[in-house]
Amino acid sequence: MNAQMLIFYLFATILLFAAVRVVTARNPVHSALYLVLSFFTAAALWIMLQAEFLAIVLVLVYVGAVMVLFLFVVMMLDINYDTLREGFWSNLPFALTVAILMAAEMVVVLAGRDFWANGSGSVPTLHGPGYSNTKELGRLIYTEYVYPFEIASVILLVAIVAAIALTLRRRKDTKFQDPAAQIAVRRNDRLRIIPVAADTKLMKKPEDAPQSEQTS
Amino acid sequence: MEFLQSLLGPLWPLVWTLVKIVVIVGPLLLAVAYVTYAERKVIGYMQVRIGPNRVGPLGLLQPIADGVKLMMKEIIIPSGANKKLFLLGPVLAMAPALAAWAVVPFSPELVLANIDASLLYIMAITSMGVYGIVLAGWASNSKYPFLGAMRSAAQIVSYEIAMGFALVGVLMAAQSLNLVEIVNAQKGTTFFSWYWLPLFPMFVVYLVSSVAEINRAPFDVAEGESEIVGFHAEYSGMAFAVFFLAEYANMILVATLSSLLFLGGWLPLFDIAPFNWIPGFFWLMAKICFVLFLFLWFRATFPRYRYDQIMRLGWKVFIPVTLVWLLVVGGMMQTPLGYLFH
Repeated sequence: MNAQMLIFYLFATILLFAAVRVVTARNPVHSALYLVLSFFTAAALWIMLQAEFLAIVLVLVYVGAVMVLFLFVVMMLDINYDTLREGFWSNLPFALTVAILMAAEMVVVLAGRDFWANGSGSVPTLHGPGYSNTKELGRLIYTEYVYPFEIASVILLVAIVAAIALTLRRRKDTKFQDPAAQIAVRRNDRLRIIPVAADTKLMKKPEDAPQSEQTS
Repeated sequence: MEFLQSLLGPLWPLVWTLVKIVVIVGPLLLAVAYVTYAERKVIGYMQVRIGPNRVGPLGLLQPIADGVKLMMKEIIIPSGANKKLFLLGPVLAMAPALAAWAVVPFSPELVLANIDASLLYIMAITSMGVYGIVLAGWASNSKYPFLGAMRSAAQIVSYEIAMGFALVGVLMAAQSLNLVEIVNAQKGTTFFSWYWLPLFPMFVVYLVSSVAEINRAPFDVAEGESEIVGFHAEYSGMAFAVFFLAEYANMILVATLSSLLFLGGWLPLFDIAPFNWIPGFFWLMAKICFVLFLFLWFRATFPRYRYDQIMRLGWKVFIPVTLVWLLVVGGMMQTPLGYLFH
């Protein structure tokens, strides 16, 4: 067993442990954090496969942004752990059936010869030190697969706009600032100078002022 | 060294890497200590005060005294807190701040790991720093730290987008993700060939968003020590100090990155006789100190932004500005004037 295999098994163990804990942890926040850990270890495994761009993007997008928002929501929810676990045993047979089906399908796909590009069913080809996964991916995406890639991005954009349009409620009582109007404001918009005649009634001559307060 | 190499055998690469890590992290932590001193002195003079001047000559031992004081203090864990996550918070804040330094070059040769996608690596690693803050706020089991953590998380996630777009501009101009190559692509005779000029809007956006990313004034709604309670209200002693160390380590990191990406890194101001005699390392240090000074200056002179103003600036000003400038850079590169943007 060389060092690389040792590292692989270390990461694989951590990944499996974290993935199991995602479903078994009692606290939903802990579950979300274990999911972060499993994403991170998966990224480490991808780096071992020389797919450094995908690995870094996994960390950047899923760990750095998606899971933060996940955690955000989970932390805000007031979850009652007991009601959450109530139907566990009654749902177990159904869940197990689905799980076994999915596992069987994966085995059928992975065991078939057609799945492997080089037909041998072995590990992917090892690239030399000059190989850049980022460059190769970029070249493929923007030449050979440029139309599928652009269509996928347009679909995503439509989904974003649709999600915002569906959830946007225009409230009439929302207060907001208009910085452009704030900057454009002139003195005359806010300030009015009123000529006021001096109030002579209240002006007292010095000899009329009460003397007692000063002397006492 | 060869003797050691033969002594340790297969363990040698591991030990040698560890030595290099210590050589980077040691001076970094010392720099963190003295940035706190510089901050207090600079802001002191800007506000016509003297700043720390009691411990040691000119107050130079003040950061050491602060460190010792914080280490002696008890770490109080609130009884309702989630103990494990409460202690994990500071660790998760500190680890990315140090791990990002693995790929930062200090000169063309002086870099721990000169990897191809180093810019992406830094973006990915620094995006994980927010977990420390969110966990600290949640695990404290207290309302105000939780609200502080929420404010901070939303702010960091928002400004990461603008920052990412600014970096996309840099890698388009340099046509590389490698930090060493990005600096070398800025090579020219004067400082006008550095990327701050052709990518000026990106430079400003990057500088301001990085201030927001590290939760410093005028965007320090995450902490707001003096008025609103921040995410580390329940922390004491060394656990609190680790958050502080992480913030300052991040501050030095973004200063280094803006020097490398926009201010020419180790390239001299003018590529003529007296300037290019000075080693590149000192040029980089001078640029880092300049950017750090800007951060201290911001803190001394700007009032704090209100929360909705922070969000408006990030989403409605910075992201459109960077998007427009991306189009400008991309379009100009197709014209004969493209050399200006390379």
